[in-house]
Amino acid sequence: MTAHAIELKGISKAFGPVQANRNISMSVAKGTIHGIVGENGAGKSTLMSILYGFYKADRGEIWIDGKLTPIPDSQAAIRAGIGMVHQHFKLVENFTVVENVILGAEDGALLRPSIAKARRLLTELSEEYGLKVDPDAMIEDLSVGHQQRVEILKQLYRHADILILDEPTGVLTPAEADQLFRILERLKEEGKTIILITHKLREIMEITDTVSVMRRGEMTNTVKTADTSPAELAEMMVGRKVLLEVDKAPATPGDVVLKVDKLRVVRGGVERLKGVSLEIRRGEILGIAGVAGNGQTELLQVLGGMIPAQGGTVTLHNEPLDVTGKHSNGQTRRARGIGHVPEDRQTEGLIMAYEAWENVAFGYHQDPKYNTGLLMNNAAIKDDCADKMARYDVRPPNPRLPARNFSGGNQQKIVVAREMDRAPDLLLVGQPTRGVDIGAIEFIHKQIIALRDQGKAILLVSVELDEIMGLSDRIAVMFDGRIMGERLPSETNENELGLLMAGVTQGAA
Amino acid sequence: MDKMPKWADVVLIPLISVVLALVVSGLVVAIIGESPWRAMEIMVRGAFGSAYGWGYTLYYATNFIFTGLAVAVAFHARLFNIGGEGQAALGGLGVAIILLGVAWPHWTIALLAAVLFSAAFGAVWAAVPAYLQAKRGSHIVITTIMFNYIASALMVYLLVNVFRVEGSMSPESATFAEAVHLPNAASFAGFLGFRGSTPLNFSFFLALLACVFVWLLIWRTRLGYEIRAFGHSDSAAVYAGINPTKIIMITMIISGALAGMMAINVVMGEAERLVLDFVEGAGFVGIAVALMGRSHPVGVILAALLFGALYQGGAELQFEMPAISREMVVVIQALVILFTGALDNMVRMPMQAFFLSLRRRREAGARTPAE
Repeated sequence: MTAHAIELKGISKAFGPVQANRNISMSVAKGTIHGIVGENGAGKSTLMSILYGFYKADRGEIWIDGKLTPIPDSQAAIRAGIGMVHQHFKLVENFTVVENVILGAEDGALLRPSIAKARRLLTELSEEYGLKVDPDAMIEDLSVGHQQRVEILKQLYRHADILILDEPTGVLTPAEADQLFRILERLKEEGKTIILITHKLREIMEITDTVSVMRRGEMTNTVKTADTSPAELAEMMVGRKVLLEVDKAPATPGDVVLKVDKLRVVRGGVERLKGVSLEIRRGEILGIAGVAGNGQTELLQVLGGMIPAQGGTVTLHNEPLDVTGKHSNGQTRRARGIGHVPEDRQTEGLIMAYEAWENVAFGYHQDPKYNTGLLMNNAAIKDDCADKMARYDVRPPNPRLPARNFSGGNQQKIVVAREMDRAPDLLLVGQPTRGVDIGAIEFIHKQIIALRDQGKAILLVSVELDEIMGLSDRIAVMFDGRIMGERLPSETNENELGLLMAGVTQGAA
Repeated sequence: MDKMPKWADVVLIPLISVVLALVVSGLVVAIIGESPWRAMEIMVRGAFGSAYGWGYTLYYATNFIFTGLAVAVAFHARLFNIGGEGQAALGGLGVAIILLGVAWPHWTIALLAAVLFSAAFGAVWAAVPAYLQAKRGSHIVITTIMFNYIASALMVYLLVNVFRVEGSMSPESATFAEAVHLPNAASFAGFLGFRGSTPLNFSFFLALLACVFVWLLIWRTRLGYEIRAFGHSDSAAVYAGINPTKIIMITMIISGALAGMMAINVVMGEAERLVLDFVEGAGFVGIAVALMGRSHPVGVILAALLFGALYQGGAELQFEMPAISREMVVVIQALVILFTGALDNMVRMPMQAFFLSLRRRREAGARTPAE
């Protein structure tokens, strides 16, 4: 039996009162792909940060290739042959591929010889592992999938034998994700060891050899992938049985609620929406699928009044909605009966420093029921908050707790309670379950479907294809600021949507 | 869960900072060969030992309450208003214009007019940097500093060329009419021993009123809610439909108005004429006061009182101990500002760690021995 590539023994780490990692032991055999799954806040990222030297463990040992190897900083991690590909790439946009690869690993004071050497090495590496990238291309001109390859190349250039990938497929189309997996398999054949952190159980099943499950800072199970199933993994992650499928009756669409016609948005000199047209009816969920950054964010922001549009028209119940002018803001939208669960609850949907009750009024703070004359009626807001917390199962149900002290799922429930409880005619929902634990996902999905069944119109934006497929009554795919096509969930599949998400159209359907 | 109890945050940490500042000040005093104990005693007695001392301490505190509130209000919108100095100077200009220009029958109406004019002048002086920040993205720290210089030059020009009394050599305006004389502490609190010479005047109550106003504004009104929301997260504010331009403008206008009203205390209440440089750094002390008072009106009052005492006690100190020069007193004041404002985290971090370890020990103790 060969030595393990990585062996962790009794790793513990606390941040203040929070025990992020508790006595974690794990070993990964050389030349295998090991998956780590767990809900948000289960401690996966902390554990990997300890392995990569960002944090120092309070207790425990790290063994690399059978040798005790302390990793006080990331320099030590690199020396030990560990490379990390972050979820958000650490690349300099206006540097070429070669320049990015040698950044921080230059040989001497002069750049030219280093670059020449790097270009040669890069070509070799590209061929060896099937990582085709043009060494002289600018990063900003590369697709997200190719940028990720540069990140991997960067690690290989630094002689990494152990690669850690943190949520690598979050920004990729299904096709790009497939290519990534082929690359990972190739790396494995060449003897590299790979640790894959993800919350997508499908990917775990597809690519890993072994998988570890983390829950509440502890490593609860490590199993051979071949011996387990997605349902079993989900159960291990949450600690109880979970419904992975969404349960809903067929839609009965009514009158048109929202009609968007040739909407155009330019942000920072770039055209983000290039003439988007769509319709949503009463009692219907329209899902927008697409890889992040193809205009979905801007679509939600324009409809929610956060940014102005440069052209196009929008009507709500056949009445025009000002999307280009002065009166286009969040207040006027709410007055027209539009609710908005924004994509990013931490920087948009909530004021993290505000207590829960203050957040329950956020955006609706002009509402007469929250005010008495000049002053705000704090008692009324607190009562309303306590009531909403009880009905939307927010834990702990304490209106005086600052938003930042709730878990991701409970933060999202506060936003959902605020935006959905008024039963808006149109609900805009962005990434409703991003960073939300599986239990809360179930709950939020049920709420969205309940609102639809009340005859409301819902626009759902999500980068999770499973979520779009499960919830939507119709699916529109966005690519590069345009709607590439519409499909019915019953008549399409992930391959077809994946092609549309990559901008490929095969004749009109 | 919070890292430490609230009382530690608002009371204990500033207290430790002040004590540290005094210890270092004491060392400095000892180095030049004087007794730190005696210096300390002179300062405390000078500030609080007599009605005379209290009169000056509270008079200075009145200035610092206004400028401290000005900085605090801006802080809530995460705007750093360094321009209190210039805004207060302009406030003085407003006071002088309205008191010299109109023959007021009684000080009460004159005070109302002075409040309006000082606030308006200070507000206008703050509104220009605010507009540049909101519409052009020019950083408000830079522009408000620049506006201090402009204000200073403007005041010199006006006092020398416009307001100076004919035949006079000093750059100051004519004295205001007797009718607009504000009651001083001797007239409304003579029973406490205040004499006619005390500078403490009716403006003190105006400052307390301003504290109530700021508390209501920030924590009880929709505008205050929006100001705080914008200060915490501008992207979330936009999501909620809060207009950033509006918030920046209104917040800075209120901030400038509060700074401007400081002039009522000095120009109308004490000097009774417009003099050069009457602000005397109160605009900058306001930053330390707001920091130390954690941008809360009650904290601002306490911090203003501390700095008022430092000013008054410091003046007594250089009078009674010739070895301690004016500059020495400034060093002591600067040390307090340094420790309470700039070095806040130096005390805060160990205190947080201390309270955390306390809590862990308590929790460990509460658990069963099996753990």
